[in-house]
Amino acid sequence: MRFAPLALLLLVVAALVWRLATPEDTTVKSRMVGQLVPDLVLHSALPGGPDRPLRSGSCGPVVVNFFASWCVPCIAEAKRLAELKRQGVPIFGIAIRDRPQDVANFLARNGNPYEELAADPQSKVQIAFGASGVPETFVIDPYCIIRHQHIGPIEQEDVPIIRKQWEDLRK
Amino acid sequence: MRWLLALLLALAPVPLLADSDLPPAYWANRQLPDPRQEAKARGLMEELRCLVCQGQSIADSDAELAGDMRDLVRRRIAAGERPDKVRAWLIARYGSWISYRPTAEPAAWPLWLAPAALLLIGAFLIRRRIGARR
Amino acid sequence: MIAEAGLAALWLAAGLAALQFLLMVLALRTGADVARTMRAIAIVQGALTLVSFAMLLLVFARTDLSVALVYENSHSAKPFIYKVAGAWGNHEGSMLLWVTVLAVAGAFFAWLYRRKRERTLVAALGSQAVLALGFYAFLLIASNPFARLNPPAVEGRGLNPLLQDPGLAFHPPTLYLGYVGLSVAFSLAVGALLTGQVDSRLARAMRPWVLGAWILLTLGITAGSYWAYYELGWGGWWFWDPVENASLMPWLAATALLHSINVLAARGALKAWTMMLAVIAFSMSMVGTFLVRSGVLTSVHAFAIDPERGTFLLALLFVYVGAAFALFAWRAPALKEGAPFDLVSREAGLVINNLFLSVILGIVFVGTLYPLIVEAVSGEKLSVGAPYFNAVAGPLALVLAVLVGTGPLLTWRRQTRPVFPRLKVPALAAATALFITIVAAPGIAILPRLAFTVAAFLAAAAVVPLTNRNPLRTPLATWGMVIAHFGIAVALTGMAANAAFTSETLAVAKPGEQLRVGPWRVVLDSVVPTAGKNWTAIEGQLRAARGNQLVKLQPQMRYFTDPPTETNEAAIRTFRDGQLYTVIGKPEPSGAWQLRLWWKPFVTLIWAGGVLIALGGLVALVGRVFRRRRREPSWRARYS
Repeated sequence: MRFAPLALLLLVVAALVWRLATPEDTTVKSRMVGQLVPDLVLHSALPGGPDRPLRSGSCGPVVVNFFASWCVPCIAEAKRLAELKRQGVPIFGIAIRDRPQDVANFLARNGNPYEELAADPQSKVQIAFGASGVPETFVIDPYCIIRHQHIGPIEQEDVPIIRKQWEDLRK
Repeated sequence: MRWLLALLLALAPVPLLADSDLPPAYWANRQLPDPRQEAKARGLMEELRCLVCQGQSIADSDAELAGDMRDLVRRRIAAGERPDKVRAWLIARYGSWISYRPTAEPAAWPLWLAPAALLLIGAFLIRRRIGARR
Repeated sequence: MIAEAGLAALWLAAGLAALQFLLMVLALRTGADVARTMRAIAIVQGALTLVSFAMLLLVFARTDLSVALVYENSHSAKPFIYKVAGAWGNHEGSMLLWVTVLAVAGAFFAWLYRRKRERTLVAALGSQAVLALGFYAFLLIASNPFARLNPPAVEGRGLNPLLQDPGLAFHPPTLYLGYVGLSVAFSLAVGALLTGQVDSRLARAMRPWVLGAWILLTLGITAGSYWAYYELGWGGWWFWDPVENASLMPWLAATALLHSINVLAARGALKAWTMMLAVIAFSMSMVGTFLVRSGVLTSVHAFAIDPERGTFLLALLFVYVGAAFALFAWRAPALKEGAPFDLVSREAGLVINNLFLSVILGIVFVGTLYPLIVEAVSGEKLSVGAPYFNAVAGPLALVLAVLVGTGPLLTWRRQTRPVFPRLKVPALAAATALFITIVAAPGIAILPRLAFTVAAFLAAAAVVPLTNRNPLRTPLATWGMVIAHFGIAVALTGMAANAAFTSETLAVAKPGEQLRVGPWRVVLDSVVPTAGKNWTAIEGQLRAARGNQLVKLQPQMRYFTDPPTETNEAAIRTFRDGQLYTVIGKPEPSGAWQLRLWWKPFVTLIWAGGVLIALGGLVALVGRVFRRRRREPSWRARYS
């Protein structure tokens, strides 16, 4: 019994050493990966554009990119998205907390890699996807299931990875 | 509260690096007209972790996402949904980490057993000291 | 020059600590008489660290921008008090404060310890020196506060505006005096375990040090709670945040230690428990220091996040606490237990009191570290927050409060006279309180309702020890106990009132619109710009009315430039029956402003209770110290 405090100390210090060695990952991973896409109807980001239900007969495979005109890393990311578009990958854009005019200006300045564009002024779609910031990207398969999440801007080295993820789902 | 955002952002690779200039969602900073519903909503908001300023609840956080979540919680409770269901819905999206109240999952059982276990161990330790000898 | 002098003083102090340690080893091995030398060295060591700390304060007071720490944490436009207090508003400076308190506590101990047990004194001073050595090394190697910046900066980066508040001047020093002051108890316990002299004399020697540290720790935590309450604009007073828990755990251990010492002092019993608690109390202080500075746990209060330094601190912690626990495991069997006691006796009451305190401590410890352990073992992330702690610690604390009311009425060794007649009035008070809450506030939750009942019981029971005796002949220690226990009841009432009766109103209001919060009608008259020494702000002009009372409040949203930040300055008005707490937020495009208004009945009782608890401790301390002085005239003769 008199050795119990020592044993407890060892346990606690071991846990703390582990934590110091593997720093906490503060990114929030979505639990929707592997689940059906949320059953929502997206409204277009551009005035007069059509509504689009997320779940439909032709769900994917498609890449969904959450972005915003006020998001600084999204500017650099736009180039990678353009690259993906050149390689034939269809990308849906969802603009978080944005005005149509600002979205239009952003796309005019940085290029428009999106096949379709939706607006999410109150982060509802973002929350439904289990995303917690911009930019984040998801890959959806033909059966409307979310297969991959990429948190943060897509860097140059991520482009082939996302391209491959999309291609694999085409089979 | 911006400084907290700035500090945490400086340390963690959270993608959000600016704020939008849209106003907060309608129900982010307004109370529901029905006080009982507002109390339920408030109770739930205090138990949900803000995903941006990760050391606060969404009730206290100034982050935009927290405001949008407060709006979501209030709308759902106003529509009659039970707080437990809203919590479960959010946990299904972000994991149990978002709930300050530990869930009923097996990983949390030791937490709830700990008080009883500690009391028993303590009682056992002191049992030998009290009363036996005269 | 000043900075170099500070650094030199620190090196010298470290050298003296090493010497102190060597002397202890020498004395324990050869029996040499080193007590006087060690005392002198410990005192000089304390003086040197004080000099070092004074140099740091001087460097901050003059905003000497050739010192890196000043550049990173200060600014020439800051108000003077924050220039000085800012010295400890960062990692290196607060660590120097920590070490200063450690050395100065050791110095005071060396100076004032007057019992004849010199072997234990030598061992204790040696232990204090070992503690100091590790932290000197940490400071000098990994956290040098006096590092120079070459070339000197033109302007500093400024102090975090949330810290530019009188709370910074008060909370950290008091808190550190408290939980680093517990090092003396730790060292005495280690010393006594080494020499085997664990008995009631040791307890009486330890008691004033534990009391002193405990009083300051109570004040420090109370101040921290109040500071967070009014500064962060959230209307709450305790979040069970890991950093808050880190300060609560030493307090719980110190409270248990305080009571255990009384048993050891009076009856010679509970030797092993008391030694273990003395070790645990300061160990918890070190754990807290580690948690707050290593970034291991997410917290809104964490003020330094540096895993490298965290590793150093963890190593120190492991060595110190591990050695103390190992020493305990080795020497505990040799401790001969004191007189036995019955199940219903004051000793048993205190043992059960300690059991509950220890269980609550265990729960806070487990709850704080559990997410980390789960993640280490399974990779899963879960959170443990206020709902858990309130649900578990709350009821335990209530049971404990009832014990606090009954324990002092028990006699030592065996309760012969019936106790229940003396509890008639408290029981009646409890029943009355329960009845009133059921009738007047049927809708409140069960925990606050029980808390009101228990608080009424405790308030009445706390004063029972004073009945049927001459108040002028009652020892001060008893008065202290009564005041402190009564303070618990006061704080409990405040907590219950806050939980049960707080009204909150959130609104987005245009000037002229009327809002209601609790019994108050509040109108936002206008929002005007204003400015201070190093900030600009928008200020809401609110008028609040209740019956015949009319008050004006000016909550502000302040903007600082160095560093660029935004803070909320809540406008709070205190009345006899509660506080009106107002916060202004951002404007919306429609020209309306976000407002958060609270009416918090009796919330100030929480901190008033905390102060009463500390006051009770102070009265008891004075009583104990003076009793000793009266009993030892030779002491006065020697030093007058």
